Amino acid sequence: MGREINLHRRAISTAGELAIIVHPHLADFPVPMNIDWFPLCLSLRVAFLSTALALAGGLWIAYLLANREFRGKDWLDAAVTLPLVLPPTVLGYYLLVLIGRASPIGKLWEEVFGSPLVFTWKAAVVAALLHALPLLVKSARAALESVDRSYERAARNLGASELKLFFRVSLPLAGRSILAATALAFARSLGDFGVTLMVAGNIPGKTQTLAVAIYDAVESGDGATARILVLVVSVVALLILTLANRLTPAGAPRT
Amino acid sequence: MLSARIRKTFAPRPDSAGFALDVEFAATQGVTVLFGPSGAGKTLMLDAVAGFVKPDEGRVMLDDEILYDGATKVCLPPQKRNCGYVFQNYALFPHMTLRENLAFAAERRPRLERHRRVVDMLEKFRLTEAAGRRPHEVSGGQRQRCSIARALIGEPKMLLLDEPATGLDAPLRAELYDALRRVKEDFKTPMLLVTHDLAECFELAEEMLIVHQGRVVQKGTPRLILDEPANLEVARLLGAFNLIEAEILTLDPGRDISRLRVGEFELNGPYFKGHLKGDRVTLCVRPEQLSAAARDGKPGPNQIPAELSRVVERPHGLRMEFTSPALASGVRVNISRGEYERLKETRTWVVEFPSESLRVV
Repeated sequence: MGREINLHRRAISTAGELAIIVHPHLADFPVPMNIDWFPLCLSLRVAFLSTALALAGGLWIAYLLANREFRGKDWLDAAVTLPLVLPPTVLGYYLLVLIGRASPIGKLWEEVFGSPLVFTWKAAVVAALLHALPLLVKSARAALESVDRSYERAARNLGASELKLFFRVSLPLAGRSILAATALAFARSLGDFGVTLMVAGNIPGKTQTLAVAIYDAVESGDGATARILVLVVSVVALLILTLANRLTPAGAPRT
Repeated sequence: MLSARIRKTFAPRPDSAGFALDVEFAATQGVTVLFGPSGAGKTLMLDAVAGFVKPDEGRVMLDDEILYDGATKVCLPPQKRNCGYVFQNYALFPHMTLRENLAFAAERRPRLERHRRVVDMLEKFRLTEAAGRRPHEVSGGQRQRCSIARALIGEPKMLLLDEPATGLDAPLRAELYDALRRVKEDFKTPMLLVTHDLAECFELAEEMLIVHQGRVVQKGTPRLILDEPANLEVARLLGAFNLIEAEILTLDPGRDISRLRVGEFELNGPYFKGHLKGDRVTLCVRPEQLSAAARDGKPGPNQIPAELSRVVERPHGLRMEFTSPALASGVRVNISRGEYERLKETRTWVVEFPSESLRVV
């Protein structure tokens, strides 16, 4: 509790210092030269990987949800959406149970790769994936469902296999929306904090992602580093969101 | 040749009434038209043949191949059915050029032949110039021809067309009929075409099936069906008749005549086979077989006095609509413009029913 108040105070002071950043005499302001860019690089790497994985798995799930009728469809939909609403601690706990060293998946990983999965940067990828997936599946499903059914019928009628239909017709037609969804998912996986902290920990130079590094910097009173990192995250997120908005097709149907 | 027996039921739901399709039909050479009102099940029949809809039971055969058989649970996917389908909105892939659309459809053919087929089809359907453009960049006629070419490029055994002329303006419609007639001659692919336009049936059809409430109620050439609608329902669906309640007074097979009573008036008609004296029947009379005249004293034989309620312009002449106490739902008469000019000063009218125009449904 006391720590939380402390953090709160620090946040206020950080905000105060942020006001100095936007002050006209920017040149007078001391920028720490020895800032460690590892967290940014790690975060980008984690975000790229988790977005790629989310794309690979999410498109497939979105396709199932959009095109097939099967038992438990509602449950699958709900389960995929769950990470959007559950507290990060709950997700982190589940992940620890699922991929921890004692779990079957954790054991298998350790056997194959020779080292445990948890508390490595790869676990951070899993954590980010958890956040990227629901965003991607939701938007990709909507995008795939918005493709006029007669195109799919036409493709089937012309002898196209389901795979050819998906890659040559559905995907290109829903492409822009899916790209926008991918950008969103990327932005989201860049910013995970809670789950990453629980399953990957906070090991500087190993598993310390941007969000965790900011927390660390604030916690240790390194306001200068925190400022820079906060600014970097905000700018990157803003750029990605603008890109996503540009990619989202206008309401006009394309014929 | 296609022969099909299809049964499919949709249970009633809160947002829609139930529907039952129960049809048996065949389509051989040339154009077979499915004619009927909206919601009669025409498109459902087409979709069941194409494999987009799985029937509950029945059997669909194309030449000697079984596409669907309820008893043995055979149901080929649409990909394997080898039926070309021309969609109402054409469904040309918007992200591909016309050439790519054709190439997409030609991919199941051997690689060497593919390119030649595409070029060949582009030429046949006069699309060579527009081949590099996307569907939204070409004219309606080019889109239409491209969708037919795309459906034909895989050499299907049957061509299915879902209301291809709906929403087209007159020139495009004429162009479509032209293209389809050419398909009939050049490709000899049998066609099954859905429409609710009677003129289209005459334009294209060798055989016409009247579909109503999920059943085929009559089949035959368009001419035959228009001359002898099988029942009142068909006559109503065709929408081209005056339907008049009458009672048969006398029948004389020897002289091939009959006398009918319509309201308080009597008409001489031909002999009606299979009917008895005293039967109440519905006469079905084509508007162009009637004529209107000025009333001159007592109405003559086969004339019924009537009041003119409306005159409607038609492309080739005029339609006069009359009411009369004897004719409950009124009567329509089609006449030429010249005839109308001659008569238009007339105040009181009679409608003349020539004996040979009277037909019982």
